[in-house]
Amino acid sequence: MKVQLREVAFARSGDKGDTANVGLITYTEEAYEALVREVTEERVEGHFGELCQGGVERYEIPNLRALNFLLHGSLDGGGTRSLMLDAQGKTFSTALLRMEVDLPEEVVDGVRDRMHEERRRWREGDDGE
Amino acid sequence: MSDDTVRVASGQGFWGDWLEAPKLQVRQGPIDYLMLDYLAEITMSIMQKQRSRNPDAGYARDFVPLIRELAPDLIERDVTVVCNAGGVNPEGCRDALVEILADVDLPRPLRIGVVTGDDVLSDMDGLIERGHDMRNMETGEPLSSVQDRVQAANAYLGAGPIVEALERGADVVVTGRSTDTALTYAPLIHEFGWGPEDWDRLAAGVVAGHINECGAQATGGNTLADWRSVDLVAPGYPIVEAREDGSFVVTKHPGLGGRVTWATVTEQLVYEMGDPAEYITPDCVADFSTIELEDLGGDRVEVKGVEGRERPEQLKVSIAYRDGFKATGTLTYAWPDAVEKARRADEVLRGRLERLGLEFDEIRTELVGAGACHGSLAGEPPEELPEVEMRVGVRADRKEHVARFTRELAPLILAGPPSVTGFAGGRPKVQTIMAFWPALIDREVVDDQVEVQIVEAA
Repeated sequence: MKVQLREVAFARSGDKGDTANVGLITYTEEAYEALVREVTEERVEGHFGELCQGGVERYEIPNLRALNFLLHGSLDGGGTRSLMLDAQGKTFSTALLRMEVDLPEEVVDGVRDRMHEERRRWREGDDGE
Repeated sequence: MSDDTVRVASGQGFWGDWLEAPKLQVRQGPIDYLMLDYLAEITMSIMQKQRSRNPDAGYARDFVPLIRELAPDLIERDVTVVCNAGGVNPEGCRDALVEILADVDLPRPLRIGVVTGDDVLSDMDGLIERGHDMRNMETGEPLSSVQDRVQAANAYLGAGPIVEALERGADVVVTGRSTDTALTYAPLIHEFGWGPEDWDRLAAGVVAGHINECGAQATGGNTLADWRSVDLVAPGYPIVEAREDGSFVVTKHPGLGGRVTWATVTEQLVYEMGDPAEYITPDCVADFSTIELEDLGGDRVEVKGVEGRERPEQLKVSIAYRDGFKATGTLTYAWPDAVEKARRADEVLRGRLERLGLEFDEIRTELVGAGACHGSLAGEPPEELPEVEMRVGVRADRKEHVARFTRELAPLILAGPPSVTGFAGGRPKVQTIMAFWPALIDREVVDDQVEVQIVEAA
C-alpha cells in the first residue's frame, strides 16, 4: 500500500558544510527492511530533485533501525556562505518524510500497532520496548 | 543507579542555548559533572571577530555570570564543570571568572583549569613555511591560497588536557576548541582510568558525548517521533550515567519535562552523522553501527556494545577565512494575491539591481510561507494565502554592491506592489562571510603547544 514516509518513520537532519544529512528511523525490523528496499539513493535523489545538486549517499544502520542519507550540494554552499533560510538543513528531515513509498500492508499495520502502543505508554508514563 | 556510576549532565548544546538548563541540572538532582558545549565553527569565527575588536573578549560571556551563580552549589554538591566556553580566548575567560568570583563568598576557593594551545593562527605563516600546507580536505587546495584572509584557525583537541586538569584538581575546566564529545568522556577517562588504547571504552565515551552535546535534542527537544506529547516548558537535559565497562544509561532528572526514549536518543545519534562506522575523534574512531540501545522505560535508555578503533594520526583543524559579503532582507505581502505580489516585488527589485549595474555571485529569493523550506516538494502554494514573506539574499565579493542592495528593499514599500509591510527592523546588515576550511595537521605541532594551568578563584 502507498504511504508517506511520515506515517511509518521519523527523522532528524543536520549539516556538514554543503551537505545535509537526514537520519530516517523506523519502528520495527520489518519496516526497516522494507525501507532499505524502497528508500534507495536513486529514489531519494529523485525526490529532492533540484534541491540536491551533488548526489545522495546512503548508509544502513540496522542496529538503530535507521538509514542515514548524505545529500551533497544541498545547502547553497553551506555554513555562512549560504543564502538559504534553512542553511543548516534543519527541515530536510520533514522534506524526506513527504516521500511516498509502497509497503506491504502488514508492515504498515505492524508500525501502526507499535506506534499506538508506544504513544499509549508515553502518555501513561510507562514507556519501554 | 549504583555507586560505581559517574553522572555527566549536559547543560548547554550551543552558545545561546537555554540559560536555565545548567542550573536545573545542578540543582534538581545528583550529578557528578556538568558539561557545557558552547562551540560551533561559526561561533569560533564570531568570537575571533569580537577578540579582534577587544583583546579581552572572544569567549562565551554568559558562562561567567552562570558560574558566579552556581559556584556555591558546585562546592556544596561536589559537581565539576567541563566546558569549551573559552572559545578563542580561554585565558580571558579564566581572568573574567577569577575577577567575578572574588566577590562571591565561598566555603573554599574554586580551582579553575584552563586548556590552551588549540590556536594555530598565531604561528600560521611559520607552519606553512615549515611544510604544513593544511590542504582543504574537500578540495585539496593548500591553505596558502587563502592565507591572507584567515581569521581563525583552531585544532580540535581531544580529552588529554581536560583529563590532566581534572587530575590536578580542577573544579571548573575551561577549554578553547576541544571536541564537543571530549567534554563528556574526559571525566570518564579520569574517573575510570581508561587507557589511551582502550578503543572500545573510548568509543563508548564518544557516543555518550554525542548524545550530550546538543542538550535537549536527546531528551525530546526537536523530536518528530511524538512531539505533541512532550512537555518542553522546562525540559530535563540529558544525563549520562556511565559505568567503567563503557556501558551507560541516558536519562534526565525526574520532575522536569522532556522525554528519554529509544526514539529521542536515536534521533540525536543520527544528528549530523556521516559514515556511521567512521566517527572520527582525536582519541579514537567510534563505530556507531555497533551501538546496542535498550529502552528500559521510565526515561532511561541503556547504551552498550560500542566498538572503536585506533585514533587517527592527525588532528582536524577548523580554519575560518573571509570570503566575501552577503545581506538578507525581508518584506511581507498580504492577501489577496500575496504570492503574486511578492513575485512581482522580486522582479522589480532584480530589475533595479540590474539597472544599477550591481554584480552578485548569487541572488536568492524565497517565499516564506510558500515553500521556502521544502521548495518544489511543497507544491504550488495555495492562491489564498493570508500573507507571504519575501526573503531576498545576495552574495558578492565587493562589499559596496551588497551595501547598495540593502538600500533597495525599503523603496519597495512605496514604490512597489501593494499591501506590503514588515520593514520595521530597518535596513538589512552587510555581513562578512566566514567560510570554513577543514584541514588536518600533525599532532606534534599542536601537542607541543598545549598547556594546562590551574588557578584558584575566591
